[in-house]
Amino acid sequence: MQPTRERPELLEIRGLTKGFPGVLALDHVDFTLHAGEIHGLLGENGAGKSTLIKVLTGVFRRDAGTVRLDGQEITARDPADALSLGIGTVYQEVNLLPNLSVAENLFIGRQPHRFGLVRTGEMRRRAAELLSGYGLAIDVANPLGSFSVAVQQIIAIARAVDLSAKVLILDEPTASLDAQEVESLFEILKGLKARGIGIVFVTHFLDQVYAVCDRITVLRNGRLVGSKPIAELPRIELVSMMLGRELADEALHRNQRPAVTGEPLVAFKNYGRRRLIEPFDLAVRPGEVVGLAGLLGSGRTETAKLIFGVERADSGQAFVDGKPVRIATPRDAARLRFGFTPEDRKTEGIVAELSIRENIVLALQAQRGWLHQIPRGKQEEIANRFIKLLDIRTPDAEKPIGLLSGGNQQKALLARWLATEPRFLILDEPTRGIDVGAHAEIIRLIERLCEDGLALLVISSELEEIASYSDRVVVLRDRRHVRELSGAEVSADTIMTTIASH
Amino acid sequence: MIRRHLPVLITLAVFIVGYLICLAQFPSFASTRVIGNLLTDNAFLGIVAVGMTFVILSGGIDLSVGSVIAFTGVFLAVAIERYGINPYLAFVLVLGIGALFGAGMGLLIHAFQIPAFIVTLAGMFLARGLCFVLTTDSIPINAPAYGQITEIAFVMPGGGRLTFIAIVMLVTFAAGIVLAHFTRFGANVYALGGNRTSAELMGVPVGRTTIGIYMLSSLLAALAGIVFSFYTSAGYSLAATGVELDTIAAVVIGGTLLTGGYGTIIGTLVGVLIQGLIQTYITFEGTLSSWWTKIAIGALLFAFIVLQRGLSAASLRSR
Ligand SMILES: Nc1ncnc2c1ncn2[C@@H]1O[C@H](COP(=O)(O)OP(=O)(O)OP(=O)(O)O)[C@@H](O)[C@H]1O
Ligand SMILES: [Mg+2]
Repeated sequence: MQPTRERPELLEIRGLTKGFPGVLALDHVDFTLHAGEIHGLLGENGAGKSTLIKVLTGVFRRDAGTVRLDGQEITARDPADALSLGIGTVYQEVNLLPNLSVAENLFIGRQPHRFGLVRTGEMRRRAAELLSGYGLAIDVANPLGSFSVAVQQIIAIARAVDLSAKVLILDEPTASLDAQEVESLFEILKGLKARGIGIVFVTHFLDQVYAVCDRITVLRNGRLVGSKPIAELPRIELVSMMLGRELADEALHRNQRPAVTGEPLVAFKNYGRRRLIEPFDLAVRPGEVVGLAGLLGSGRTETAKLIFGVERADSGQAFVDGKPVRIATPRDAARLRFGFTPEDRKTEGIVAELSIRENIVLALQAQRGWLHQIPRGKQEEIANRFIKLLDIRTPDAEKPIGLLSGGNQQKALLARWLATEPRFLILDEPTRGIDVGAHAEIIRLIERLCEDGLALLVISSELEEIASYSDRVVVLRDRRHVRELSGAEVSADTIMTTIASH
Repeated sequence: MIRRHLPVLITLAVFIVGYLICLAQFPSFASTRVIGNLLTDNAFLGIVAVGMTFVILSGGIDLSVGSVIAFTGVFLAVAIERYGINPYLAFVLVLGIGALFGAGMGLLIHAFQIPAFIVTLAGMFLARGLCFVLTTDSIPINAPAYGQITEIAFVMPGGGRLTFIAIVMLVTFAAGIVLAHFTRFGANVYALGGNRTSAELMGVPVGRTTIGIYMLSSLLAALAGIVFSFYTSAGYSLAATGVELDTIAAVVIGGTLLTGGYGTIIGTLVGVLIQGLIQTYITFEGTLSSWWTKIAIGALLFAFIVLQRGLSAASLRSR
């Protein structure tokens, strides 16, 4: 310990190195966490953030380097070992255990017990108490899987917070939370910080970084780029540290374009389903981007599911090219050349054991029928084209997709639908969990797709972003389409006030 | 609440309906004699099924149990009759061997990440092979202890006998219920079946639990072997072939998901009783070949698997 520091060093990582076949995920990385500090760990998709965390908590064995906790050298053998050292973690891809009750998820491995028997009543009481600190009043005896992804995420956080005596690690914990939930998470983090716990926070939301972090460490391609107190790091410098290049401000903004005119490609009249979404009218023209904005649970995803036939409409009529059509199942929608990238990609999208190539051609192959196998050469060509187009970080197309970093998996899923060359594409949170660089890429890609005459419906929680690329924005509230903004009205401010107005 | 217990409730309903059908045709089904026999005849199946439920709940499978039952019988016959070992000592020895055997399989499954299917298939051949190494004959067991133990029984009103081995089965089920639902080990078993990776990241001792599960399964298979040897009073290398499949069927009919994570021990008891009921019905009927038991169980099994698919799809959609 250095006496010159005002706060003691809690966690000291030196020269940490970890290679996977074909990639050096961490290359002599140093990282220092102080007690009572919220430390942002940032970097592009595939930079090595999750790997750093997993090596630290014993999921992976390190190739070289040392880790000190409170000055003592430690090596966590497995995650259980890390927990017993006082390091609590929410891993990026963990959804806890859907088949166990909420209470069991919170207390597994440390259930209160007497004479070897778990005291279920006591455990549930404590679980309910723990969650009430997060404003969550739910029946903790119910299985975790019966709750929404956002609630599950809060439970995962509550569990890790409760377990972390010294260090709390959160790997993209806010991906499925709404603004208010994020706010209450931050309150809790500040409380922990006051108690002297060191917090490592991984996220792609820069606003959140500036809202809570004291210090930031940036990784790029497995190497340490730098570590600075937040006060000395303006946003633009942070972004260029992450990307290793200057990101022009306009990269995030769409060029001004004239309003799209012409006949709608798809149109829905009085389309709805009881208890899911109130009947709505919606039309999208070729080359047009329509945004769906609103809070979590306002009916955005429900609208998308109805349109794609995941749910069946019980009122209204759908039209394609002006002719009435029936969309009762996703197959019907696919036959009409609709595409849909769902929000919950973790569970609904990837086939982890298959290669990137196989994942990318999956939808196209399904569309063609399994008897008409796409020739191998053609598959490779498609996969390589999208790997390049979307800048998917991988040594080659044959790597199992499960081994890619989280953000790169999402890009591959986007590629899967683009490969089917849809006429109408629905993107549910296309940039969630995707880094700034890829963010800009995806927005540019959306523009390019429009120029080719694709009709797009995009759902996003990021208002700035949705305002920047949409021709029109439909605002939803309480499962109703409340207002449609177009032309000059399309701005983050108007969207915000529309959401907030009564 | 109802939704969560739906599979067990359906199993129970099937049993009750089945019982009523039997009763309508053969009024003697109401007698405690028939009920006592139902429990006694299926005691060994019930005991292995408890262990198998844990294995399947954890997302695994144990194909070795039939062979372990046969090995236990042969070992007891040889030890008691050829070497004159005290029967009670022989019981303890064989239970110890069973536990070690299972622990070994669990260790292989965990340490080398080999599918349970493969490891226990090897275990199945190994145990069966060991029987033949000990003896190829059917050896009767005449030890007086056997006679004494089989004599123990509660006489129920109506003349039915609740035998010692039936009691052993019921106690095993009671212990299984406590272990599954009221201990940390039980929670860990469900966790493993829910998602192995998540369980590991959450700090569940995956290795210890895996070894424990297969150890329990083989231990109970050995116990079932002892019970089976009371029942047949002999040890024979070819005994209990295919019992592993009957056991898996009982567990699945009892509402446990073959993919792991969901199910109950009590459901397995009902599953075992349903199989016993079909068997008894066919014996009473007299004209049907006993192979009809297999056909009926096959049909039921199929119906239950389809039903489970439907249920889990429905619960996903209702979210
Ligand atoms: N189990 C694994 N086997 C092989 N390669 C892996 C494995 N896990 C990660 N990698 C590789 O290591 C690199 C770093 O991945 P990591 O998951 O740490 O990125 P990340 O910074 O967390 O990115 P993201 O923001 O997308 O989550 C990537 O190139 C990834 O493909
Ligand atoms: Mg990551």
